[in-house]
Amino acid sequence: MNFTTTIGLEVHVEMKTNSKAFSPAPVQYGQEPNTNTNVIDWGYPGVLPEVNQGALEYGMRAALALNCHITKDIHFDRKNYFYPDNPKAYQITQAQTPIGHDGFLEVELEDGSKKKIGIEEMHVEEDAGKNTHDPDGYSYVDLNRQGTPLIEIVSKPDIASADEAYAYLKKLRQVIQFTGVSDVKMEEGSMRADANISVRPIGSDQYGTKTEMKNLNSFEHVRSGLKFEEKRQENVIRAGGSIQQETRRFDVNTGETVLMRVKEGKSDYRYFPEPDLPPIHISDDWIKEVKDSIPEMPEQRRARYVNEWGVTEYDANVLTQTMEMSDFFEATVAAGADPKLAANWLMGDVSAYMNDKKLELADLALTPEHLAQMIGLIKDETISSKIAKKVFKQIVANDTDPKAWVEEKGMVQLSDPETLQPIIDEVLDNNAKSIEDFKNGKDRAVGFLVGNIMKQTRGKANPKVVNKLLMASLKER
Amino acid sequence: MAITADEVKHVAQLAKLEFTDDELQMFAGQMDDIIKMVQQLSEVDTTGVPVTSTVAEAKNVMREDKAIKGTDRETLMHNVPQKDRGFVKVPAIIDESEEG
Repeated sequence: MNFTTTIGLEVHVEMKTNSKAFSPAPVQYGQEPNTNTNVIDWGYPGVLPEVNQGALEYGMRAALALNCHITKDIHFDRKNYFYPDNPKAYQITQAQTPIGHDGFLEVELEDGSKKKIGIEEMHVEEDAGKNTHDPDGYSYVDLNRQGTPLIEIVSKPDIASADEAYAYLKKLRQVIQFTGVSDVKMEEGSMRADANISVRPIGSDQYGTKTEMKNLNSFEHVRSGLKFEEKRQENVIRAGGSIQQETRRFDVNTGETVLMRVKEGKSDYRYFPEPDLPPIHISDDWIKEVKDSIPEMPEQRRARYVNEWGVTEYDANVLTQTMEMSDFFEATVAAGADPKLAANWLMGDVSAYMNDKKLELADLALTPEHLAQMIGLIKDETISSKIAKKVFKQIVANDTDPKAWVEEKGMVQLSDPETLQPIIDEVLDNNAKSIEDFKNGKDRAVGFLVGNIMKQTRGKANPKVVNKLLMASLKER
Repeated sequence: MAITADEVKHVAQLAKLEFTDDELQMFAGQMDDIIKMVQQLSEVDTTGVPVTSTVAEAKNVMREDKAIKGTDRETLMHNVPQKDRGFVKVPAIIDESEEG
């Protein structure tokens, strides 16, 4: 029996507004527990929440970037549940009037083909606080995250494999990041995914029963969890069993999904319209205003790199995978670097260094200015490309001015014939055999001599000048 | 349709409350009376009236995205029964099926 797989993803993204969705407390990470909160976040009696216009506009921005229709008349709803990290005992969300609906995201699959994945709806809502469970039998609650604006993005069940789900998440992160509304870092929890999956025999026109996995915190976990779950469901059905609708947890250590402890009774959120927040009408003018505020998207940046800066299509694509890289590249060019050389360094040595050290661009001591300066030194032949590797090692890990460092370390390239000629003469004097070899047509001899000259100058000799002088000298001998 | 003790029990569970059987019976009766009273509203003909999500006339009440420093933690946590290193200390509730 062969199967078709149906996957839907719900992704929560934390928006990087200044203040919370319904209270003016600051949205900031890494603060002392319970210091970024106020009476609204704590659900004190008699407090009145107010909608953060910035959060709503960020939500609209994300919705427009994902080709959604904006719901013109919206209100908020209460989703009721009791949990220590949810002090009001309800979450303010948009159950009935999602800010965006019926959008799509075009993803690129591994074989290079493109597929449109539908977006069912997107809502603006608030995040809960954070519980830390301690082995001492207590949980510790920090409400700093309580009220942080979230945008929830619900895909249509258009995803047909774990790899497609992976491609969708990658593309979604890219688009959201370029809109500027979120850092979308899964490892830091500013992007979280829930996945549901079902399988059915090919030819069947009814969806199979789905299972859900919650709070997957890396793209890789989503892919592995879905792959495992797909196989598991197929095996159950092949063996004549049936799938139960249940929530399963992906176990990172075993790579398997396991059934979560199920509570008695189903969740019953008793949604109703939030009476404390008046409804909001979104005018066409307002939508246009938000649309105009969306920063340049990856496609537009790519086109600019190719058309204006002569960067290859492939390189432009790599450089625009993340906003950090794209911004760094642009800043390096703005600091005077040749765009093609800047692209080569960023995709080559800089990326290799980041991979090797498992660091992000922001963690590097390297600045666009220093990179641009170093590229300038290579271009005007102040340093050789060999020396450039040394300079790079220094500036990538230290806040060092490349020009000053090169001078201080005496690494300036030797291009002056008057300095180089005596060194060349000396090397020739000491290698009569190589001269003979050269005369007999052995080109390898030249490489050997150049190597020796480089050794004498500790790599500082300008190869072009050395070559020219050496060839002339050889002919004279 | 009368409210049953089972329904009261379900709602109580959602609110993490526990009641004795006698209490469940008592509340079932009380909730039934309340529901019946509210049900009188359905006698009004609402044909063609859109669903009311608010009774206030206000619209588009929003505030600018400006942060105001959080309230002093000691003040906010004055009534917290158990606290530790700035956290609210609660009995461990590891319930995976709830919202994260």
